[in-house]
Amino acid sequence: MATDRSAATRRDFLARSGCLAGSAAALSVMRIAPAGATPQALQDAIRQIVGEAAVQPGKVRLDVPALVENGNAVPLTVSVDSPMSAADHVKAVHVLNEKNPQPHVVSVTLGPRAGRAAFSTRIKLADSQQVVALAEMSDGSIWSGSADVIVTLAACVEDLVR
Amino acid sequence: MARALIKVPANARRGDVIEIKTLISHPMETGYRVGANGAMIPRDIITIFTCAYNGEEVFRAQLSPAIAANPFLSFFTVARDSGTLEFRWTGDNGFSATETATITVA
Repeated sequence: MATDRSAATRRDFLARSGCLAGSAAALSVMRIAPAGATPQALQDAIRQIVGEAAVQPGKVRLDVPALVENGNAVPLTVSVDSPMSAADHVKAVHVLNEKNPQPHVVSVTLGPRAGRAAFSTRIKLADSQQVVALAEMSDGSIWSGSADVIVTLAACVEDLVR
Repeated sequence: MARALIKVPANARRGDVIEIKTLISHPMETGYRVGANGAMIPRDIITIFTCAYNGEEVFRAQLSPAIAANPFLSFFTVARDSGTLEFRWTGDNGFSATETATITVA
C-alpha cells in the first residue's frame, strides 16, 4: 500500500514535470519562432520602432552578398514589394543588425513620390550575422525580411594601430 | 567642403521613375574605435540625408555609425516637372553639405 502510493506519487511527479518541461519547451519555441533566433538587442530595437504592431515576414527583400570579405563596406539593396500609389505605399524602411555595437543601421522615409520602394547603400558589419529590414506600410502593417551574411574581415571594432 | 558626387538623369519623360545616386566624402567615424594614443576616437558621422524635388522632400535617410565611410545612397523618384533637386547632408560637429542638380522633364 505504502509502496503503491509512493510509486503513484512518483509517477504523478514525473508526469507533471514532463508536462511542465513540455509546456516550457513549447513556450520558448513560440517566443523564438516569429523572428528567428536573433539577440535581445535586435528584438528591443524592433519593438522600439514598431511598438506593439505585429511584424509579418515577407514583401521585403534584402540584396546583400552572402559572403563578404571586407565588413567595412558591404553593398546592401533593400526593395519592398509595393505599388507605391497614394493609397498603398511604403512609408518607411528600417534596417537593423544583430551584432554591431548598435542595432540600428539606416532608416529611410519614402512616399508615393518615390515611385519604387527600393534603395541601396553600403554598410559596415562587425561580424557574421543576420541583417533585418522592416517596412512600414501606409495601412499601418509592418513587413520584414532578413539576410544572413558571413563576414571574414570585421568592421567597426578593430583598432587603428595594430 | 566635402566632395559630393550626384548622378541624376539630365532628361526624363513625365511620370518616369528615375534613379538618383549620391556619394559624399566623409570618414563616418563610428565612435567605437581606439586611436593611436589608446583613447576612443569620438563619433563623427552624417546623421541625416534629404533630397528635395522642387522644394518637396522625396527621400530622407537617417544614418547610423553602421553606414560605410563615404556614404553612398541610391534611390528612386518620379519625374514630374523640370526643376532642381536639392541634396542635403547634415551630421555631427556641425557638418552640413548641399548639392543641387537640374532635371528637364519633357
